Amino acid sequence: MNQRPVYLVDGARTPFIKARGRPGPFTPVDLAVQCGRPLLLRQDFPVSAIDLVILGCVNVVADEMNPARVAALRLGISDETPAFTVQINCGSGMQSLDTGFRAIEDGTHEIVLAGGTEALSQSPLVLRRGAVEWFAALNRARSVGDRAKAFAGLKPGYLKPVIGLERGLTDPITDLNMGQTAEILAHFFDVSRREADAYAVESHRRLGEATKNGWLKDEMLPAVARDGRAFDHDDGIRPATTVQDLARLRPAFEKPYGKVTPGNSSQITDGASWVVLASEAAVETYGLEPLARIVDSAWGGLDPSIMGLGPVTAVAPILRRQQMSVDEVDLWELNEAFAAQVLSCVAALDQPEIADGVLGLEGKGGRIERDRLNVDGGAIALGHPVGTSGNRITLHLANALKRLGGKRGIATQCIGGGLGGAMMLEAA
Amino acid sequence: MPFQNKKQRDERKRYDMGRMLNALSERSLELGPARNAEPTGHFRVARDDDGIVWMVLDRTDKRVNTIDRPVLEELNQHLDRFEREKPAALVIRSAKKAGFAAGADINQFVGASAAEIKAALEQGHQVLDRLARLSCRTIAVVHGHCLGAGLELALACDRRIAVSDASLGFPEVMLGLHPGLGGTFRAPAVADPIEAMTMMLTGRAMPARRARSIGLVDAVVEERHVAAAVEAAFYGDLRRKSPSLAGRALGFRPARQIAARTMRKKTAEKARQENYPAPFRLIDLWEAHGGDEKAMQRAEIDSFAELIESETSKNLVRVFFLREKMKGLKDGSSGVRHVHVIGAGAMGGEIAAWAAGQGFRVTLGDIRLEPIGAAVKKAAAMLEKVVKDPLKVRDALDRLIPDPEGLGVAHADLVIEAAPEKIELKHKIYAGIEPKLKEGALLATNTSALPLQDLASGMRDPSRFVGLHFFNPVSRMQLVEIVSHDRISPETARRATAFAAEISRLPAPVASAPGFLVNRALTPYMAEALVLLDEGIAKERIDRRAEEFGMPMGPIELTDQVGLDIALDVATSLRERLGEDTLPAAPDWLTRMVEEKRLGRKTGRGLYDYDGEGKPKKIAPEALPDGSRDDPDMVDRLILPMLNAVVACIDEKVITDEEIADGAMIFGTGFAPFRGGPVHYARQRGIDAIVARMRELAAKHGPRFTPHPGWERLKG
Repeated sequence: MNQRPVYLVDGARTPFIKARGRPGPFTPVDLAVQCGRPLLLRQDFPVSAIDLVILGCVNVVADEMNPARVAALRLGISDETPAFTVQINCGSGMQSLDTGFRAIEDGTHEIVLAGGTEALSQSPLVLRRGAVEWFAALNRARSVGDRAKAFAGLKPGYLKPVIGLERGLTDPITDLNMGQTAEILAHFFDVSRREADAYAVESHRRLGEATKNGWLKDEMLPAVARDGRAFDHDDGIRPATTVQDLARLRPAFEKPYGKVTPGNSSQITDGASWVVLASEAAVETYGLEPLARIVDSAWGGLDPSIMGLGPVTAVAPILRRQQMSVDEVDLWELNEAFAAQVLSCVAALDQPEIADGVLGLEGKGGRIERDRLNVDGGAIALGHPVGTSGNRITLHLANALKRLGGKRGIATQCIGGGLGGAMMLEAA
Repeated sequence: MPFQNKKQRDERKRYDMGRMLNALSERSLELGPARNAEPTGHFRVARDDDGIVWMVLDRTDKRVNTIDRPVLEELNQHLDRFEREKPAALVIRSAKKAGFAAGADINQFVGASAAEIKAALEQGHQVLDRLARLSCRTIAVVHGHCLGAGLELALACDRRIAVSDASLGFPEVMLGLHPGLGGTFRAPAVADPIEAMTMMLTGRAMPARRARSIGLVDAVVEERHVAAAVEAAFYGDLRRKSPSLAGRALGFRPARQIAARTMRKKTAEKARQENYPAPFRLIDLWEAHGGDEKAMQRAEIDSFAELIESETSKNLVRVFFLREKMKGLKDGSSGVRHVHVIGAGAMGGEIAAWAAGQGFRVTLGDIRLEPIGAAVKKAAAMLEKVVKDPLKVRDALDRLIPDPEGLGVAHADLVIEAAPEKIELKHKIYAGIEPKLKEGALLATNTSALPLQDLASGMRDPSRFVGLHFFNPVSRMQLVEIVSHDRISPETARRATAFAAEISRLPAPVASAPGFLVNRALTPYMAEALVLLDEGIAKERIDRRAEEFGMPMGPIELTDQVGLDIALDVATSLRERLGEDTLPAAPDWLTRMVEEKRLGRKTGRGLYDYDGEGKPKKIAPEALPDGSRDDPDMVDRLILPMLNAVVACIDEKVITDEEIADGAMIFGTGFAPFRGGPVHYARQRGIDAIVARMRELAAKHGPRFTPHPGWERLKG
């Protein structure tokens, strides 16, 4: 196959908005529109040059089926431009990039808009199965008597809704909550509560620093809600938080001995991110200035109960194909689903038993130094809108490589259900 | 390789959004057998296999169908044939995309005598009566606009099928009239009488579904089901709604008397009987003859012929043509697709929201994000009120892009600067954006105070610079002053004018002079009111007098609405630039109020106090103590300086066209429409009489009433 180079030209995200117990101001498509409008305004190519729109989104709301298409049309992109939505749980925003990458690489597309969006605050309350059956029976009943009988079938428990988000964050094969899978990793890799908390504090500090220094200026563009609220920063960030503060929090998932707390887990937020991918021909035609070239991408899998280790399964094939070792990668964006999970991935790559024995890295494993890992903080500080994060970390990796003068970097993330995704970029 | 024709494909895609739908759209209107029929005159007529005749109105001379004498005469000839040939049924509809028919052709009323009009009306009634008596079933299919005489034609049919996009109404009252081609008796006969009356009294059009619910139409269908609905109407499956009990009760006079009382009261809240007689006449007619169609028909013709002779109606028809004339100033397209607005303050935000609502892509820039947020919130409220359809509101808000970085400047075909009125600030803004403007982009300012030639100094290309002076609130004030200056190119002026018309506003070209036209004319009106207030006259009385004259808002309330700070600024700068004799000095207490931030409605306190909903707390003038101060000269003291300023503007060529000056004052200030505009009013009252009256006032109150020399030349 004649593989063509693919460039990451530009990208932006909305500020991530913390879910505060009720639906936030934006639906998933609203977020994608908020993010896409200013991004498209700063492009040197006309909107009509976009060949394909791909959007990752996990929790699609009923009013916005195929959010990619709804967003594309609302952004004023031609009705002749195809748009589809991809879903691989927490990897969706990276899957859109991967799909766009391959579409350009194979020569069929020139400019692809690939993004991710998620409004976790808008996750629905779902009726219990019993309640659904009850409604159906009521609808089928024709006579007054039948209706009365059907009505009498109502049980009090039916009225308690299922919180969609809770179910969404629970693995169906093992019935483990994502937080519990992190507890398992903390146990296997001997991550202490204090280490996890210290990691989380550093994440907040780094994001605070990056925001203050204006390093996110081009990456994070403001969003304005219909009710007039203007969002211009990640509102879950607590740069002043300390290890002592976090130590006071109680375990969120496995009381009383668990190590995973709300403080060392990613936050539940709403947000969207878009990235512009372009072929070499498009770069030349429109005089674009790429941030990075996509070198490779891969997906890997393991048992759902240890899904947090997914990144190492996706990183390994890339390192093998590119014949690189862990320490030859200048920058890492490893999505911070849970501090314990990030630290477990770092440990796994450094343990020959895993790196060589399971991942086949043949001595190319090693330790990811903290100064190369999530240099500007991560999801613990700004949140993890699941369909968006993969897109955000890849975009941020491109920006960070450019700012810090790195050559190659990897963005990778764990995916609920026991998967991992990774993408390698090279500074352009 | 797909990329080779990339450029071409970009072009194609850019201009052909929705190509597939466009290619198919010609197929949309169901015209039955008449689709391919040869036109005879304004109609296309053909019979299908079942013997149903489709008669399609498609005026050869106009883009929109109107009903006038030739159309009715043609219809009459066709009716001759139908009476002989007895088709199985008759379907009447329009082949125009815009709709069924926009009403009567107003031109036919201009200059005609009452007798001529009456004769024409009687003939028209005869034709529609014949249509109503036709032995076969008659079915009107209406889409889009179905107004006035168009609706009356539909009402003369047995059945009415409305396509879901239809909008039905009787706008006659806006012209100082009521329906005159049978609407007054046919509408209450088929629809709920109270609803039908309300519709004629307010002039407001209603959507198809609402028309169905009041019984005005019998079915609402999508265009794709028109043929099936016609078939249903033919076979009798389309039943008419039977009148409600309450509706039937209104066949009796006592019931109508009670209803009429409520109608009079509601109408009086909106319009004064002495200024706007038509709706009151309609209520009288209905109260007297509501149960008797023949009597109502005779009375309608007589009353219509009388009303059309009235000054109110003549002036309102004049206003209609003034509007058409202002719309007609549009010459070609503006070529604008993307507008960038600088400054998300009250005016900038309004302009941006309005333009987005009108289909333009708009970027709204400001140095701070908060005002942009506030502007988006206001835009959402305005669009929900004006546009209503939630999908269209969403699309408009999607087109309104907050742009704190000013990215839109490079994309914009038109940049509108609506920054604070500081010349150094504006110069700085222009210097910043001029290098980024794309080729052919226009640069406009919304200044209401600063001379354009001063603003243009230092510009790289002043020829593309123009003033677009909007009025607050943009969604209700239709006027836009197109302000030129000595270095503007004619093309810039042409495109700016076209843009105003494209966003459904009315352009008035003016020269850059202090206050342009509207502010220069309004300032003396407000300034004199403050003098009257100083003389001890109650503010409620001052406002009431001006409202009785026909101003939409009294000068005191208007000053509060504009904002005391802005009013003081404008008055002070105008007085400086036009001379101390032209305007009274602003009272010291006004300056103090501004310093205390008592700025009017926006701060909840000004000359009036305001309640939570922003309504002024007023004492009814009737409740003022006996013997409280008054001035018999009051109305002239308020109005004549305003006329004097308009005359000055015409004389000084700030505005060159008298009619446009009248239109600008009506659509920019709400100057009593039933008086036809300030210049028209002056001419009606007599220029000599006005000049004499002003001299009198000048002797009594000071030189600000001295008539401008332009009055003499106006007589010429």
